[in-house]
Amino acid sequence: MIDYDNFINESIKQVKPSGIRKFFDIAVEMDNVISLSIGEPDFQTPWHIREAGIRSLEKGKTWYSPNRGFAKLTQEISEYYKRRFNVYYSAENQVIVTVGGSEGIDLALRTLVSRGDEVLIPQPAFVCYDPLTYMAGGTPVFIETKAENRFRLTPEELESSITDKTKVLILPFPNNPTGAIMEREDLEAISKVIIKHDLFVISDEIYGELTYGGKQHVSIAEIEGMKERTIIVSGFSKAYAMTGWRLGYLLGPAPVMDQILKLHQYGIMSSPTTAQYAAIEALKNGDDDVAIMRKDYDMRRRLIVGKLNEIGLDCFEPLGAFYTFPCIKSTGLTSDEFATRLVKEKRVAVVPGTAFGDCGEGYVRISYAQSLKNIKTALKRIEEFVEELKNESKG
Amino acid sequence: MDKLLELLSENSSFTNKELALMLGEPEDYIAAQIKEYEQNGIIKGYQALVDWEKVPDAMVTAIIELKVTPKKETGFDEIAEQIMAFDEVSSMYLMAGSFDLSVFVNGKTMQDVASFVARKLSCIDGVIATATHFMLKAYKIGGVSLTDDDSASDERSMVL
Ligand SMILES: Cc1ncc(COP(=O)(O)O)c(C=O)c1O
Repeated sequence: MIDYDNFINESIKQVKPSGIRKFFDIAVEMDNVISLSIGEPDFQTPWHIREAGIRSLEKGKTWYSPNRGFAKLTQEISEYYKRRFNVYYSAENQVIVTVGGSEGIDLALRTLVSRGDEVLIPQPAFVCYDPLTYMAGGTPVFIETKAENRFRLTPEELESSITDKTKVLILPFPNNPTGAIMEREDLEAISKVIIKHDLFVISDEIYGELTYGGKQHVSIAEIEGMKERTIIVSGFSKAYAMTGWRLGYLLGPAPVMDQILKLHQYGIMSSPTTAQYAAIEALKNGDDDVAIMRKDYDMRRRLIVGKLNEIGLDCFEPLGAFYTFPCIKSTGLTSDEFATRLVKEKRVAVVPGTAFGDCGEGYVRISYAQSLKNIKTALKRIEEFVEELKNESKG
Repeated sequence: MDKLLELLSENSSFTNKELALMLGEPEDYIAAQIKEYEQNGIIKGYQALVDWEKVPDAMVTAIIELKVTPKKETGFDEIAEQIMAFDEVSSMYLMAGSFDLSVFVNGKTMQDVASFVARKLSCIDGVIATATHFMLKAYKIGGVSLTDDDSASDERSMVL
């Protein structure tokens, strides 16, 4: 008998499977479940973008692309970031097209982190930063962001988490799962600390197009002294509803990008060709589509936040991404109990906050990447659920 | 287009409270706005969107193209009003193109519809020609798809 355990890398054995999945698995087993647990747009990729992909296939464009991505695409990305977020990266040596933001995060971490380096991860946050840091040989150090600060990272929290081993700060805003954003003043405040301690930043700006309430996403690279110590992670998944195309990109200083490129080259070679043709079209002619989707998300966001607060689940106003992060402490249940019972009793799937870090206890993530009609029905079910819980505790 | 009308035309069961939240307006303003639309005839009514295929003994629907001779004084309106008075007619439009009136007719059976066309429509003074098309299947009505089964059609999977 072969002992597989002997063959498996020691680090990967330590990595826990993602906690989000469990609820999805329960939900798939049941009929008529409305899922507010999914982290991808409910929209399909706009037709003209799909068509650009189809046309490239018709023309037989089925080969590898250059390692960095097609020059046409890196050029469009460079122009796009300048136009939308006012930071300029040269298409020649400061842009790399990746397999989703996911690959970008992995590349950035593995390129920056050496064994024993500490990586600061504000939480609640997207689930990949912790295991990828760990697999890169680094030590994840979590910073708990707080509801009373609207889940923004404060300079004090940052300062108090820094040791002489700290090398990298992951900056995940607009945030999944809280919907928090960092405004210019917030970024200026933490930038002082970052520069003082000579840290590098991996800024995950994948939700940069999705901000609401008159707020525009501000990239930390735009703050004085920060561009030279920042890698931006972004991509097409969320803004253009292109999750399945698997395309993202990294932006950063040339000396770092040159190193990253080696890893991408040997590990991936080049990102999907068809998706790159579609992405060129997205950046060229997709602004209106993004605006329409953003408007729709915004309506759903207001409906959910308003209703949740009315139901008695305290919900701070999220200004980015497509998630709300209501506090469920008033129900007396843990996040896990709340989510499990909600899906079993009322057929609405949400994700317990603890999936995004221990500090997510007492919260659940509710995604509004779902049709208005389903959101309306789901909210009614959540209301019934909370009412029944109240009666339960009375009786 | 007016966002409030757009939302209501998609789903008239939104409460004023929900509309107020979504549009970021006060609830009493929304109520007043709707009342105004109702009073000045912009909102004509509220109906349920029925997928008749799922109803046993459902009706059949036909779209009948009519060519008619317009009257000197009243144009198409007089003859249109005569036709729309029939209970069998559910919707009706004046069209540009190769025919004039598009008449949606409901009947219990195809036979019913056929006899309505032969005995009633064709006999009206001014009707020159009719072409009857039976509807086989409704895919989308008023912006709402009848083919997706909502949560069941959610093909997205949980990847992380
Ligand atoms: C915060 C955040 N970053 C990165 C990603 C990765 O997205 P992709 O690899 O599709 O670009 C996600 C996806 O859920 C995310 O939520």
